[in-house]
Amino acid sequence: MTTSMTASPRVEMLGVSKSFPGVRALDSVDLTLHPGEVHALLGENGAGKSTLIKILTGALECDRGDIRLEGRPVSFRTTGEAQASGISTVYQEVNLIPAMSVTKNLTLERTGGRLGFVSWRRAREQAREKLQRLKLDINIEQSVGSYSVAIQQLVAIARALDDDTKVLVLDEPTASLDAQETETLFGIIRDLKARGIAVVFITHFLDQVYEISDRISVLRNGSLVATKPTSELPPQDLVAMMIGRELGDVEAAFTKSERKAPGAEKVVARNLGKKRMLEPFDLVLRAGEVVGLAGLLGSGRTETAKLIFGAIRHDSGSLSVRGTEIRGNSPRRALDAGIAFCPEDRKTEGLVGELSIRENIVLTMQAKGGWLRRIPHRDQERLADEMIKALAIATPDAEKPVGQLSGGNQQKVVLARALASKPEVLLLDEPTRGIDVGAHAEIIVLIRALCDEGLALLVASSELDEIVAASDRVAVLRDRQKIGELSGEAINHENIIRMIAGGGADHE
Amino acid sequence: MNKKYLPLAATIAVFIGLFLIGGGLYRNFLSTMVLGNILADNAFIIIAALGATFVILSGGIDLSIGSMIGFVGVCMAVLDSMGWHPMVSAGLMILFGIAYGAFQGFVIDFCRIQPFIITLAGLFLLRGACFMVTLDSVPIHHDFVDAYAAAKIPLPGRGVLRSSALVMLASLVLAIVIAHFTRFGTNVYAIGGDKESARLMGVPIRRTTIGVYALGGFYSALAGVVYALYTSSGYPLAGSTLELSAIAAVVLGGTLLTGGVGFVVGTLFGGMILGLISTMIIFQGTLNSAWIMISSGGLLFIFIVLHRFLVGSFNLRGNS
Repeated sequence: MTTSMTASPRVEMLGVSKSFPGVRALDSVDLTLHPGEVHALLGENGAGKSTLIKILTGALECDRGDIRLEGRPVSFRTTGEAQASGISTVYQEVNLIPAMSVTKNLTLERTGGRLGFVSWRRAREQAREKLQRLKLDINIEQSVGSYSVAIQQLVAIARALDDDTKVLVLDEPTASLDAQETETLFGIIRDLKARGIAVVFITHFLDQVYEISDRISVLRNGSLVATKPTSELPPQDLVAMMIGRELGDVEAAFTKSERKAPGAEKVVARNLGKKRMLEPFDLVLRAGEVVGLAGLLGSGRTETAKLIFGAIRHDSGSLSVRGTEIRGNSPRRALDAGIAFCPEDRKTEGLVGELSIRENIVLTMQAKGGWLRRIPHRDQERLADEMIKALAIATPDAEKPVGQLSGGNQQKVVLARALASKPEVLLLDEPTRGIDVGAHAEIIVLIRALCDEGLALLVASSELDEIVAASDRVAVLRDRQKIGELSGEAINHENIIRMIAGGGADHE
Repeated sequence: MNKKYLPLAATIAVFIGLFLIGGGLYRNFLSTMVLGNILADNAFIIIAALGATFVILSGGIDLSIGSMIGFVGVCMAVLDSMGWHPMVSAGLMILFGIAYGAFQGFVIDFCRIQPFIITLAGLFLLRGACFMVTLDSVPIHHDFVDAYAAAKIPLPGRGVLRSSALVMLASLVLAIVIAHFTRFGTNVYAIGGDKESARLMGVPIRRTTIGVYALGGFYSALAGVVYALYTSSGYPLAGSTLELSAIAAVVLGGTLLTGGVGFVVGTLFGGMILGLISTMIIFQGTLNSAWIMISSGGLLFIFIVLHRFLVGSFNLRGNS
């Protein structure tokens, strides 16, 4: 590390600025990357991380500022030009062509070949060589889409790496990986580092930042807060730099407020289940109470929420809402009964990216009110403005397409949409996925506030902190089965982990 | 067998099945003569469909195919009456087709307008141009046209491969090479598979889009040339709604309309299935020609549903 720090910088970005209509995305940001370092780039959603990376990798052009690669000024007009100069990127959403084979994905626009012809024999050799670098052994003829997201991620990295790669940018590479896959990835990153590649690592997992990075740069509201060696920046300071307020506020958000006794039973599930998906379970949701769903990935958290909402049809048991049984449950009936659902994957299931904030918020209401009874435009605007204010959505106005918002703000729009239909029961699946500490705390505060207003909430989350902080009661799941509930003082990390890991004393 | 070959295998199986059914129903059906005739009679549709295959693989659509065929025909006929050699006017029209397609591709990418609208405008423009050139059917009289019509390669049995069929087969080979053995071809699949990813992976979107529609223009102009030589005339209404037959051939051939998945060779079989249906109904003798469209429509419908099913259960597009 010390030797690499004294070497001349690989990349220097100086005074980089970029504006979008209505938003100043970057304001005179400097970033220096040294060979053989892992440089963590941190910041809240909308801080400008993605914009900075897109400028570095040629996907966007900056309005002002200089980029120097090994001392020479460069300006990339396309990602292809940046790649050719040795700057490679793996974007947040895995960017591969799912329908094409691994070979084609690895060699697309990367094969030599005379007169534009492709030699598939050479392409296959090249593909194997690339996978060999990551010690990845998969069938290269199969389509990329047939592999898990983790494998796709590694294929994307394999694609990004060349013999002459100088800078590798990884944007949230671990978001969809489990612990072991993350470890494999870190092994690969250390390997790349040893080869003198400068790795830019964007993540919102702070423990991973401390595990792998040498230096940290923090962006906030489009400006660089600071760049510091990881060893000189304790986590508390880092969080404070990221969210720009005292850590105490965040912690306060996580501590439980005075809680009232729960109200009437809103949803009662008895023996609700679906074959090969979820074992029958009992669950009661009460007004003014947050029920957390804890469990590992694949334990059936999402399925539980979707069964109650009717997005998945149950084949056993019964579900009643406010005393009346719902037969043949469907999302439409759930909405009519006052249940709203915020799905985990906001991109594919929750929001229509091209539509504006206002239109997205009005969607469910329109469905509920019937297509013929149009909601007056003025009411729509009023509602959207109310929601933007209530949830503090960062946007110039309600007409901005949702696709252009940052992750945390998109999540707030999902929430706004669910709330616009004035539900009595709100099901949230991973409400803080892909958003970082500041927005995280805000969402939890929101959840508690909704609860205090008498809503019945179900929160499924992979983050234990969140479950512990937000819930009045926790349902614990393991292997597609509900294995128990915790409430009150019993809700803490150790108890939940013990239930998930051991199933009580009998296995210990 | 790799799952991605399933739709193609289904197409070929349907073709063989229909051919055998025809053989069982009618005498002399199961012969190289019928096969040779289907190839020659449908050559222009299949050639046009080859171009449409690229366009559809890239996630686009080209509605200007039929008008291009008509326009090329009337231009060749009028140039013939002015004393041009058909080969020279054919070459000129093919260059025009390429330029016209390239322009459509440029507008589609540069202005970010749906290909449907741009090529619909192209359809009207070219059809209108046909009537500007001539209002009547104009015959083409030239020794070359007679020689073209007479040229044939005998097949085993009594069948022959006519010039049109030969041009079509050569076009097919060219299309297969372009689609499966060039960077351009791979890029077309990539853009059709996921345009945004392809862009981030460094695929030159504009160049490829222009290339795709230029190739589409090339193939529809070539189809127009083949059609004009085959009918030895130019007629301003020739090729009306032919773009829809070409799209049907592509879809029957197993290419997904959403782009990114399919094989060029499937289009050959898709086109031949359409030809086979009309041949069977002609052989039947008592059914009127309405049944050609009815059965084509029915088959197309079944295929789309089958595709939907295949995509759903085998994850052809691979979204996990």
